[in-house]
Amino acid sequence: MIQSNRKILLSHGSGGTQSRHLIGELFYRVFDNEILSMGSDSALLEISPENVAFTTDSFVVDPLFFPGGDIGKLAVCGTVNDLAVSGAVPKYLSAAFIIEEGLEFETVEKVAHSMAETAKQAGIQIVTGDTKVVNRGKCDKLFITTTGIGELDPRHWPVSTGQTIEPGDKILVNGFIADHGCAVMAARNDLKVEADIQSDCAPLHTLIREILDAGLRVKFMRDATRGGLATVLAEIVRERSFGMDIIEDEIMVREPVRGMCEFFGFDPLYVANEGKVVIIVHPDDAKKALSLMRKNEFGENARIMGEVVQDHDGRVVMQTRIGGKRIIDMIAGDQLPRIC
Amino acid sequence: MKHIDEYRDRKLVRILVDEIRKASRNPFRIMEVCGGHTVAIRKFGIPALLPPTIQLLSGPGCPVCVTETSFIDKAIILARHPGTLITTYGDLMRVPGSSSSLEKEKANGASIRMVYSPLDSLEFARQHPARTVIFLGIGFETTSPASAVTILRAKREKLNNFRLLSAHKIMPPAMEMLIDKTVQIDGYICPGHVSTITGSGIYSPIVQKYGLGCVITGFEPTDLLQGILMLVRQFESKDPKVEIQYKRAVRPEGNKKALHYLDMVFELQDERWRGLGPVPLSGFRLKKEYEEFEAEAFCDLTVPEAKDGKACICGEILKGLKIPPQCRLFGKTCTPENPVGACMVSPEGACQAYFSYGE
Repeated sequence: MIQSNRKILLSHGSGGTQSRHLIGELFYRVFDNEILSMGSDSALLEISPENVAFTTDSFVVDPLFFPGGDIGKLAVCGTVNDLAVSGAVPKYLSAAFIIEEGLEFETVEKVAHSMAETAKQAGIQIVTGDTKVVNRGKCDKLFITTTGIGELDPRHWPVSTGQTIEPGDKILVNGFIADHGCAVMAARNDLKVEADIQSDCAPLHTLIREILDAGLRVKFMRDATRGGLATVLAEIVRERSFGMDIIEDEIMVREPVRGMCEFFGFDPLYVANEGKVVIIVHPDDAKKALSLMRKNEFGENARIMGEVVQDHDGRVVMQTRIGGKRIIDMIAGDQLPRIC
Repeated sequence: MKHIDEYRDRKLVRILVDEIRKASRNPFRIMEVCGGHTVAIRKFGIPALLPPTIQLLSGPGCPVCVTETSFIDKAIILARHPGTLITTYGDLMRVPGSSSSLEKEKANGASIRMVYSPLDSLEFARQHPARTVIFLGIGFETTSPASAVTILRAKREKLNNFRLLSAHKIMPPAMEMLIDKTVQIDGYICPGHVSTITGSGIYSPIVQKYGLGCVITGFEPTDLLQGILMLVRQFESKDPKVEIQYKRAVRPEGNKKALHYLDMVFELQDERWRGLGPVPLSGFRLKKEYEEFEAEAFCDLTVPEAKDGKACICGEILKGLKIPPQCRLFGKTCTPENPVGACMVSPEGACQAYFSYGE
């Protein structure tokens, strides 16, 4: 076992015995699976279909631990969700760690356990990885990059591009928005906010799988992470020959999140999520999709929040809570830095 | 959300909209001079609710937008000066100076920290006695009292490594100047937060000299609609006056304590406003007793005179003569990511509010 009070040293990244220690004592033990324990330079995988989905993402969240999650959970969920919204079944993950010299061993251990637990929940294996240690001050505590491979049924190709979207299609989202960005912000000491907000960080592959397996006509899926819900919607309609009408009343925002956004002048529509997916389906399948989503633990508060329309091409128009109208466009710059 | 939802009630909104429609007969141009109002009007989609007789114009009320390029240039000289640490409100980071921005300087290694209160600067000053901490003070009567209190505290603590670079401004001279320039405005939605400090008296000259209605208004949809209704009624009955809609925050006499601090620390000087040019006695500078905190005297801050982009019509937009979509740069070469003119720089600027929330 790893003793407490131990710190990561530069030699843990040297490739020598200390590195072997870190990898052997920690990562091999925690991520334990047959492919990883082969210890080969590359993970050797058996993948059945002709099509694979392949994605990568880096995580630099500050702080490393926040209510509802941590950088490890985020690093697994982020990549699993990117695979899942492409219509793929997530299978394998790689994990690369850049660690700042002096970080407590215990911190890395906690993060690794969180990754292992989330991977198990997502039915995915962490089969290869890398560790580097950099001088104090050359990175901020811990950065993680995960890369994922998923099996893709060719029927789901159009889901990624949204090429089959047409007017009349319904737009769904699986619950409260803006939780993640606000939870991370509130966890930062410099803002001195006390708010009971949990990140929504969650793996969404089962929720998505249930809808795809039911044979519903899913036209498009995307997880609404950085840039929030608004950015996803604005991206879909950009340069397309249709628009979108959405209804603010159907977009759920928790009370403490609303409060925090009001106070800091953030717009929840642009605040990051880590467990929210926008799904566009054929109008006749919308109710079925909604009831399937609501049965899943990560979709209990799902809503049909709008529809694709023939009017105002390339624009998302929101009917505001007071009955006014507002255009939803992409945001310039970041409302909140380093939230994932 | 308690204390907010009441002001976003759809039934109340409908009643107010009906009243406005009934009351408004003649074409009526209303200017809001507070960036917070500009954003709220766009965010809640108010224009879609109003009758065609009423036109809303956005005035020069976004402090970032009216800050001269030369102020950013001076801040950059200070940021590059060895041993300095700059503290600033976040909005200033991306504002383009004539050749750089604070964001770029930070990436190049300058010490620049974002703060939510100028008082946080003093904490940096205490922690880093070998460095000079310089706060970039922008904003109107709303933010300037906080700068004044910071100066008073620095004086009391004898902190000799703190300075203020002030671009603080006051609102009424600019509002008067806009009318002087024969801008077609028929009434003002007066700034809610500024008035919390100043009280309502500062708008009396606008009513007396120019016969324009002034209603101090809050920031929620029912506030704005009620404020508009009050202005419409004044206009239709030819009875212009200063009224307070935002009674839950604004008292006629203002915040006497804050005014006292302002008076202790600052005095008025002529000040250039981006888009408007020089406005007499509209800027705050430190009084002689506090000149030790003056950042202008810290080192040589000579900067080239600012030139606004040729095709940019920010000046006319700030004056309410034109609306953002009438600019040929709008949304094309001038976007929130690459702002050409001042009004595109801040989320509270008229152009960025139009860009983000639509026409």
